[in-house]
Amino acid sequence: MLVYYVELAARSLRRTPVVTAFMVLAVGLGIGASMTMLTLVHVMQRDPVPGHSSELFYPQVEPRSATARTKDAEPPSQLTWIDATNLMRSRPDIEQALMVGGKVAVRPPQGQGMAFYAQARYTSGAFFHLFSVPFRHGGAWSREDDDMRAPVAVISRTLADRLFGDADPVGRSLRLEDTSLRIVGVMDTWQPSVQFYDLAPGGYRHADEVFVPLGTARQRALPTEGSIACWGSPDLDHLETTTCTWTQLWVRLRDAGERRDYLDFLRRYSLEQKAAGRFEREPNVRLRNLPEWLAYNRVVPGDVRLQTLLALGFLMVCLVNTVTLMLVRYQRRREEYGVRRALGAPRRAIFAQLIVESGLVGACGGAAGILLAVAGLWLVRSQPADYAHLASLDVGLLIATPLAATVLTILAGVFPAWRACTITPAHVLKLQ
Amino acid sequence: MNLPPMIAALRHHKAAVTLIALQVALTCAIVCNAIFLIASHAQRLHVSSGIEDDALVWARSSGLRRGDGADARARADLDALRHLPGVTAVAQVNTLPLMGNDWSADLGVTAGDAQPAVNGAALFLGTPSFLGTLGVRLVEGRDFHADEYVDYSPFDDTPAPPTAIVTRQLAAHLWPGQPALGQRVYIGAGSSQGALVVGVVADVARSAISGGTNDHDVLFLPVRTVAGPYALRVDPTHRDEVLRTLPAALIAQDADRIVTDREAFVDTVHRYFHDDRAMVWLLVTVVGSLLLVTALGILGLSSYWVHQRRRHIGVRRALGATRRSILTYFLAENMLVVGLGLAIGTCVAMWLNHWLGERYEVPRLPLSWLGIGALLLWAIGLVAVFGPARRAAAQPPMWVIRQ
Repeated sequence: MLVYYVELAARSLRRTPVVTAFMVLAVGLGIGASMTMLTLVHVMQRDPVPGHSSELFYPQVEPRSATARTKDAEPPSQLTWIDATNLMRSRPDIEQALMVGGKVAVRPPQGQGMAFYAQARYTSGAFFHLFSVPFRHGGAWSREDDDMRAPVAVISRTLADRLFGDADPVGRSLRLEDTSLRIVGVMDTWQPSVQFYDLAPGGYRHADEVFVPLGTARQRALPTEGSIACWGSPDLDHLETTTCTWTQLWVRLRDAGERRDYLDFLRRYSLEQKAAGRFEREPNVRLRNLPEWLAYNRVVPGDVRLQTLLALGFLMVCLVNTVTLMLVRYQRRREEYGVRRALGAPRRAIFAQLIVESGLVGACGGAAGILLAVAGLWLVRSQPADYAHLASLDVGLLIATPLAATVLTILAGVFPAWRACTITPAHVLKLQ
Repeated sequence: MNLPPMIAALRHHKAAVTLIALQVALTCAIVCNAIFLIASHAQRLHVSSGIEDDALVWARSSGLRRGDGADARARADLDALRHLPGVTAVAQVNTLPLMGNDWSADLGVTAGDAQPAVNGAALFLGTPSFLGTLGVRLVEGRDFHADEYVDYSPFDDTPAPPTAIVTRQLAAHLWPGQPALGQRVYIGAGSSQGALVVGVVADVARSAISGGTNDHDVLFLPVRTVAGPYALRVDPTHRDEVLRTLPAALIAQDADRIVTDREAFVDTVHRYFHDDRAMVWLLVTVVGSLLLVTALGILGLSSYWVHQRRRHIGVRRALGATRRSILTYFLAENMLVVGLGLAIGTCVAMWLNHWLGERYEVPRLPLSWLGIGALLLWAIGLVAVFGPARRAAAQPPMWVIRQ
């Protein structure tokens, strides 16, 4: 029966090629634009640490003086060095990583070209396990290396390839600025959708390529780069002791109980600091997990979200338009349905046939939509925006586009089909 | 034209009228907001740098040596660049127009006044002959003298340079209605040591523009050294060659460095406006598609109505209605339906703008833009209905009688 309906629908659509082409195009445009933007938003929000992102927490405390100007009731988005190291030292039982961003001049091994800049991260050895970073050679540095400020480094796969080609560089030396470190590990390709652990320099910036123990980086004066927010009269030459927030701490808490404990701990810490005279304000702490932190920071740029809304609005207009055109189309063929009803066809049959016809328009629109979405994503990729590389076609899109187009068009066809099958055959036939 | 019978006729088509009005309302809400966004982005695109774009090339280099001697090394670099073939002048500057790296300061016109006369004017600092290198056009006064270039940074307590040059717009903002030459400008609120204005130049865009009224508020200050890009004035025909040979010339001077960026200034300007241009094109495409879809929707519905009412039209024509009155009937009916949609649509447009404004920093939609959007849709509705209406009018009365 379905095959017969599809055949009837195809025949009926072929009778009015212009109107059909237009309906298909309208559905295709709306669906194509919407799917392009939804895919982009989807990949931009993909879980950067699949599996345990909800166990990763970003603690914040309020260290600012009572007189410092604040934007809202939120504590600063980073920690001072003093608070970060205090928090870390008080809870040695927790898996945690403290970090600061940097940019270093990398000097290739002797006689192999010019120096270049690479993005660096100065952090704890726990970073790699905490964020499930895969390794190609070697591994992370140890907690002793952190404490001893050992001259070690982990590098990304791209940097290893650039500096050493195919050879395994573990154990070789990495020349950064005026210093030299021993490579202990090479990461395998690690491309979290968002550079979630430090959002201030832009969540979709290039990936970090050099990882150095924080103590080592500070001792050897490797240049830092990132957001530094200060109050009072800060001394930027001594960031470790001054009134600036510039470090990020990530901790892993495995269940709700641990989360509650840690939150209590942050409040207690704030109270202690206030009693000691370091903090001036009432305890104001936050403990967001990774998904909450990303949502709070609205990592997807406003422009992208605005364009997504625009695409969805466009789709809505296209759908309303489809409803109108179908209504007109089915009303025009009332005589045909009248005759069929008079010959004994039940309402159900006419309704089903018209729904199949709508579905067929939707499926064709979906096919057009895929082509448009592919073109749209290609267009996004060719833009110089820093998130452009994320815009790629995936299987989900290939399945979802025709499905969405068909379902939406069938929904759009329900009202016209219902109107068409409720006509009284006698009334229509009398008019003939 | 008699309205009541028209409205009575439309009552028989509640579903179709509602759908078309709904579609017009949605289109109107989106189109009004979109064309307003187009206009505000396009306004930024009109800003010109104010300097000679195609004769300028810039490069940024970071030395890897630590310690003293950075100034001497920068001067040596400038000498090396000056001798490249095709280069006519070089200077080091803190930033360039439309580079996206604004240095700004509050400016006062009286010594020690805590109340600035201009908030957040852009500071352009440059080494000897930087105005000529950029190609800034002097309209009054003179360029800086060689002995006026001093050690100065807006970020520490060094005294301001003895002289300064302002753009025409900044002069008008600082001293409205008065000549700027010979006045003193104070950098930073409460500053007591002013710089003497010795020249006024044609408007130059600041490094980051907002589309507001202070996009050309630029104060030029002469300095001996400044951290920032090297600017090279080149013969435009040699531009690509200079860009190609420039890193080698710098490396020959001192290899312990990284030449991080180099670009023809025309490309810098192009890049600066890229997002605006992309947004304008996107919005224009969406608005165009929306209007097309809506127009075709109206066309489809009116063709059907004309087809459906061919009997009535024939009777009316046979009873003496002119072609013209049939045509006007359909046009008026269309205006009524589209008007209904627009009435709803403008309200939705305002609500949408308010909603977007709270979330996406979209500026307030002026009422005049609602009018523009509504007129546009009304016109499109008329164009769409014109074909079917003419066909209706052209139908001979005999047709009905023959039926």
